[in-house]
Amino acid sequence: MRRRAQWLLWGASLAVYAFLYVPLAVVVIFSFNDSLLNAEWVGFTLSWYRKLLADGEMLAAAGNSLAIALLSSALATVLGAMAGIAMQRWRLPWLPLLVLTPVAMPEILLGVSLLLFFRQVLDLTLGFFSILVAHVTFSIGFVAVIVRARLAGMDEGLLEAARDLGATPWMTFRRVTFPLILPALVAGFLMSFTLSIDDFVITFFVAGVGVTTLPLQIYSMIKVAVTPEVNAVSTLLMALTLTMVLAATRLAPDILRRGR
Amino acid sequence: MDERREALEGGSRWTRWLVAGPPTAFLLAFFLVPAIIVVAASFREPGEFGGLVPLAAGAAAFSLEAYRFVLGDIVYAEIFAASFAVAAVTTAACVALAYPLAWLIARSPRKRRDLLVLLVILPFASNFLVRIYAWIMLLGPANLLYTPFAVIAGMVYVHLPFMVLPLYTNLEKHDPALLEAAQDLGAGAWTRFWRVTFPLSLPGIWSGSALVFIPVLGMFAVPELLGGTGDVLIGNLIKEQFLDNRDWPLGSALSIGLTLAVLALAGLAAALSRRGLKGTEAVS
Repeated sequence: MRRRAQWLLWGASLAVYAFLYVPLAVVVIFSFNDSLLNAEWVGFTLSWYRKLLADGEMLAAAGNSLAIALLSSALATVLGAMAGIAMQRWRLPWLPLLVLTPVAMPEILLGVSLLLFFRQVLDLTLGFFSILVAHVTFSIGFVAVIVRARLAGMDEGLLEAARDLGATPWMTFRRVTFPLILPALVAGFLMSFTLSIDDFVITFFVAGVGVTTLPLQIYSMIKVAVTPEVNAVSTLLMALTLTMVLAATRLAPDILRRGR
Repeated sequence: MDERREALEGGSRWTRWLVAGPPTAFLLAFFLVPAIIVVAASFREPGEFGGLVPLAAGAAAFSLEAYRFVLGDIVYAEIFAASFAVAAVTTAACVALAYPLAWLIARSPRKRRDLLVLLVILPFASNFLVRIYAWIMLLGPANLLYTPFAVIAGMVYVHLPFMVLPLYTNLEKHDPALLEAAQDLGAGAWTRFWRVTFPLSLPGIWSGSALVFIPVLGMFAVPELLGGTGDVLIGNLIKEQFLDNRDWPLGSALSIGLTLAVLALAGLAAALSRRGLKGTEAVS
């Protein structure tokens, strides 16, 4: 490519990267700003973080978010791994459809259908349990895809060898398959954890009035006003999910290379 | 081969059901059954205090009232049209912004590619609401908040990576020999792009468009937080029926409408990108 075109391409790309990063950088920077108005830089402070740690509602929401994320990603990892293994090994045409559709459809549809189901059919009080179930439902597909990708790269001769040496299917799983898919399981867990702790739309429909999660708390705050406390909680949440995503891509680099 | 495979994988029916059974049961119960209930609820009548009129109270088990209502009021058609317009503009803007980035990544040395892709994904690690909040902060002082522009900016910001990734995956597979051949035949840079690269990248554009267009149609948080009172899309309408007006049959009927739109679009995108792929084979 000619020089000028090369420069143009880099220039345009840098502008798009800036579009992606500048808004988030502004959120982070103003979380340290010593002014109630998010308008201009006044001076450095940690007082918004201190205020956050004293905010009972916020801490309760964070606790709920963590508990739901841990439980739902543990369940989703087990169910998603089973689905991924089944999808890779056997021809079950309905399984991919059942596993992947919840991932592909607009979140609002999953949210309202679960709301209807919990309230109208099960007559359940919305809260911890309904949020937990909803999060498992949308996470299974992600784990299944990651596990299946890992299995697809696995040497089938290993299974054959295990069988020839007299291993039962369970032993083959424990001694061969499981160690091989372990990184995918960890990546799937981290992925589900991130999805769960970040989810707003589906949680919004199935949370009811009693239980609040961190995103729901942020939503009710930014609907009312823009305060630096929101910047502070946003920054902390960003740091947490960033760590998770980086760890997941480390463990299962193929997340980045889908389709290569 | 199939028999060997089956024996190899311990494919007794028992094992299969033990492995495939639990996730299947879970998703049948919490995905498929709720989806069927939405269909059923759309044919019922709304209860006085939300929910549905119980059948025991003598309500009709089948009513077309909700659909009659949606089809009878032009407002609903207008909101569906407005949602499609917002989704179309968002998708077009995403193509324009994603193209240079995807191209740059595809042409970079292999080692640098992963890093550049990661840099596209990382903003996604921040919470969806935080990303919207960032635009409240940016657009508020500029007096652009609560406008259609703010809605589009937010939508593009939230969905851009969904366009970059499929486009990059497509561009990466292009054979550089095609461009060299075009150059040897005297085509300028502009012609080479529009006659070779762009047509070959259409399958990537179509699959990226499906990933952007479809979620935008169902989005309610972006218009609610960044848009003005007039920026109501299908998602807002559905949310309103379920949580504020509590007319669940109407909300369900609207959800069915959205589902049909999504299915039609997904089918269209799949058909277009398949046709595009055939074209690619013919060229290369």
